[in-house]
Amino acid sequence: MPKYYWEDFKPGAVAIYGPRLVTREEIVAFAAEFDPQPMHLDEAAASATLLGGLAASGWHVSSLIMRMMADGFIVDSSSMGGPGVEEMRWLMPLRPGTQIRLRATVLESRPSKSRPEMGLAKFRYEMLDDADNAIATMVATAMFGRRESAP
Amino acid sequence: MKYFEDIRVGDRHALGRHTFTADDIKAFAQRFDPQPFHMDDAAAEASHFCALCASGWHTAAIWMRLMVAHRRREIEAAQARGEPVAGVGPALGFRDLKWAKPVYVNDTIDYASEVIEKRVSESRPGLGLMSVLSTGVNQNGETVISFVSTTFVERRPDRP
Repeated sequence: MPKYYWEDFKPGAVAIYGPRLVTREEIVAFAAEFDPQPMHLDEAAASATLLGGLAASGWHVSSLIMRMMADGFIVDSSSMGGPGVEEMRWLMPLRPGTQIRLRATVLESRPSKSRPEMGLAKFRYEMLDDADNAIATMVATAMFGRRESAP
Repeated sequence: MKYFEDIRVGDRHALGRHTFTADDIKAFAQRFDPQPFHMDDAAAEASHFCALCASGWHTAAIWMRLMVAHRRREIEAAQARGEPVAGVGPALGFRDLKWAKPVYVNDTIDYASEVIEKRVSESRPGLGLMSVLSTGVNQNGETVISFVSTTFVERRPDRP
């Protein structure tokens, strides 16, 4: 039984998930598989780029936001996936050894017009470092089953 | 890569295809998106997706892989012609990402990217910014993913 249904995501609600330590190994492993550019693979090559040193792929940052959402509440919810992402901003390089947290704010909530068993909630996510700087922000909508429709 | 000045709005790049296997879908999901419909066949069949499907982030990450391989081929071709190569990246982010259809096991997705906008960077005089609309289309001609990303591109050192 899911712990959270669509009804539980009320506009204005804020939650913080994590922390999670991002290691050099996982940055390089993600990059080797999906984004093999020097700035994500090798310190010396990365220091010559605009990032000024080894940093995670933006798609790794995005995938880590997903993982922190999943561990934070999605896996315990009636999640039905997501239709997309309004906006993702990669604001600062994510460096090896950074302890990250995820702040999730519910922006909007509405029932689905086409599917009575489903509701949608729009969130703003901020990936924060130890000093509360935003490494990345994302605005995205997620779909959830409704409690009243649960079997 | 071409310099900012040589990039035209409307330039389109075919990036290649990728077939999503069940093992790959589950392995990605285990690392980044551990929801039952991305990890477990039976649970996926019982879900509204009706079958195992890839995390949308997996579909996006494969675009990046194909884009990097495409850029590498372009760089090698330019070097073979003795032409200089412009630096590209990092990206600032993306907008309007839509996962329009699920990507199921053994779906083959054909990726392409088209330049839709370019402008000179105000904060960094040696760089321009290009916005690119990227799409992934499955073997039935259905778009499964689309998004617009914005990336730095080096300007011609000899620009007037």
